[in-house]
Amino acid sequence: MALRGTMHAPSDVQSRNIPRAGNTGRLTRHAVKVSAVAATPTPARTPASTGSVKRAMTMTEKILANHSDNASVKPGDNIWARVDKLMTHDVCGPGTFGIFQKEFGPNAQVWDNERVVIIPDHYIFTSDARANRNVDILREMATKYNIKYFYDIMDRSNFRANPDYKGVCHVALAQEGHCKPGEVLFGTDSHTCNAGAFGQFATGVGNTDAGFILGTGKLLIKVPPTMRFIMDGEMPEYLLAKDLILQIIGEISVAGATYKAMEFAGSAIEGMNMDERMTICNMVVEAGGKNGVIAPDKTTFDYVQARTQEPFEAVYTDGAANFVADYKWDVSKLEPLVAAPHSPDNRKTARECSDVKIDRVYIGSCTGGKTEDFVSAAKLFYRAKRQVKVPTYLVPATQKVWADVYTLPVPGCDGKTAAEIFEEAGCVTPAAPSCAACLGGPRDTFARMNEPEVCVSTTNRNFPGRMGHKEGQIYLASPYTAAASALKGYVCDPREYM
Amino acid sequence: MHLKFQRSAPALSRASRSSCVRIYAKVSKKEGEPRIIRGKCFVTRDNIDTDQIIPAEYLTLVPSKPDEYEKLGSYALIGLPDNLYPTRYVKNGVMKTEYPVIIGGQNFGCGSSREHAPVALGAAGAKVCVAESYARIFFRNCIATGEMYPCETSVRLCDTLATGTEVTVDIDNSILTDHSTGITYPLQEIGEAGPVIDAGGIFEYARSQGMIKTA
Repeated sequence: MALRGTMHAPSDVQSRNIPRAGNTGRLTRHAVKVSAVAATPTPARTPASTGSVKRAMTMTEKILANHSDNASVKPGDNIWARVDKLMTHDVCGPGTFGIFQKEFGPNAQVWDNERVVIIPDHYIFTSDARANRNVDILREMATKYNIKYFYDIMDRSNFRANPDYKGVCHVALAQEGHCKPGEVLFGTDSHTCNAGAFGQFATGVGNTDAGFILGTGKLLIKVPPTMRFIMDGEMPEYLLAKDLILQIIGEISVAGATYKAMEFAGSAIEGMNMDERMTICNMVVEAGGKNGVIAPDKTTFDYVQARTQEPFEAVYTDGAANFVADYKWDVSKLEPLVAAPHSPDNRKTARECSDVKIDRVYIGSCTGGKTEDFVSAAKLFYRAKRQVKVPTYLVPATQKVWADVYTLPVPGCDGKTAAEIFEEAGCVTPAAPSCAACLGGPRDTFARMNEPEVCVSTTNRNFPGRMGHKEGQIYLASPYTAAASALKGYVCDPREYM
Repeated sequence: MHLKFQRSAPALSRASRSSCVRIYAKVSKKEGEPRIIRGKCFVTRDNIDTDQIIPAEYLTLVPSKPDEYEKLGSYALIGLPDNLYPTRYVKNGVMKTEYPVIIGGQNFGCGSSREHAPVALGAAGAKVCVAESYARIFFRNCIATGEMYPCETSVRLCDTLATGTEVTVDIDNSILTDHSTGITYPLQEIGEAGPVIDAGGIFEYARSQGMIKTA
């Protein structure tokens, strides 16, 4: 396919030529228990490829090279990539399997029934008959194709009665050990780029591409060039990962990274835990990016190894690798931000929006509904010791996050759990884990905006109608900013309560 | 899915009398036929995201089911704000559009990876979109599904044309003609994406090329 992108010139702020001192080009083979080893077939080397010097590659290029028949790839190459994992959910799964059955025949089997992960999460707790039917279709498919990972839900009236059900797909993928450094993951959802936080190639595709992967385990893709974003310095106590990614998207615009990989580096990134790193990679698609990556390190390995015993092989950007753009920020100079209606790149400081009266606050989604997000919001509420002025909706992304909200003592809050702090602050009781109102959904979806209201949200998009009503106004923000805004009743810089 | 859904007597769209291309559910152009689409255009602006193309509440419709595929089409572009777009892409109570040509600005189709977006447009009767630039997943989905030609142009047509203007999009010669003025505008070549969409999508193309055995 002739895939073309449009180059947007970066605005002239903080973008300067810096020496390409990336991570070392060392290939780190991480010591994990390996139960079986299969030698990968080595293709015969054509004369043209012998003796050639391997060119310096970025992490994204290396991962794709490793998954193709090429020793080395460069941006612009169209390659067939082997797929490690394919994820789908209730909105796109039925269509994906429909295409698979039609194209490969009713007797075909999926390429690998242990590499397909089916995660119902979008329209779960609704009376919409078609939405419910779609989960039933997924169950049918999981049974027919003997899919190992199907996180089913049958009792919608009580999410906790469903031991297999997880919740939001991208958070579940990470929590269930499906995200591993060096791997290739495709998902029928744009925020699949979330998993790039683990140093893997992860991106969203449509039903047809996914149907193709189901049958073949491969996909034809174009190698993206890489833009690098270095976030250096110590994170101020009022700043979170969400502020950094809003800073970047506001800088390069919603098409600034179209067809490109976004690589995040720097001491601020290195100091983040996996939840925060996921927040950054999650919104890569909001800049038009193909995928996001963060170099895996001990933080990554600890997280992954606690969740899976499967082996993996981390790869790193070569010191001499080329970037198509290079940005650098000193995070200590940054301020809490919002993306004002109606675009994720409509960047403003929270402070300059302090006159915007709001009607509600929403804390949830793959972007802002993880454990770290609720811990942050709870910390601010606890320090403020006040009640919220507007309805504040909380939707933990997964069952595990929900459990954390109710059991983990929030650091520095006298042993209180986030749930206790939220209750004392007057928030709405945390709801059943799912995507819920991030994307509107069926009319009876929890916290859906059915009136033209103003909402501060920790979600990922604020285009017209995103959370329901076409005239709704959504300010995207960090959990700190969302919590502060709930207390104030206006868009509010979290420093007011710190 | 789409191929099984072919009507027994292909009907000329009642929407556009002068349309040279029969309005099937997908492009599915016959070999040898020119890639020329004539009809009224519908003008949109920058950053038309997938929530505006097909709001999330309609995503319970499964595109591989023929009757739900049709329904998706009836909701195409229903998410556009009413104050900016007083004319609806698909009239209330009708299943198909009068506008086989969509004009866009930058970053058309940004947002979600949902294939429902190009599918809804194709199901409604869109044949071609002419925009300054596209979001990558949407562009890819147009080609994979064969629903619509995503043509690119460096001209800001969304500032020049108005909804309802009769145009001809000649994809083979990379020209768009505005019939109200006679002015022609250059398009970028559709390149290798063309034959894939002609065939009706990536699977159909692969089969026609002998790349995969017939299902």
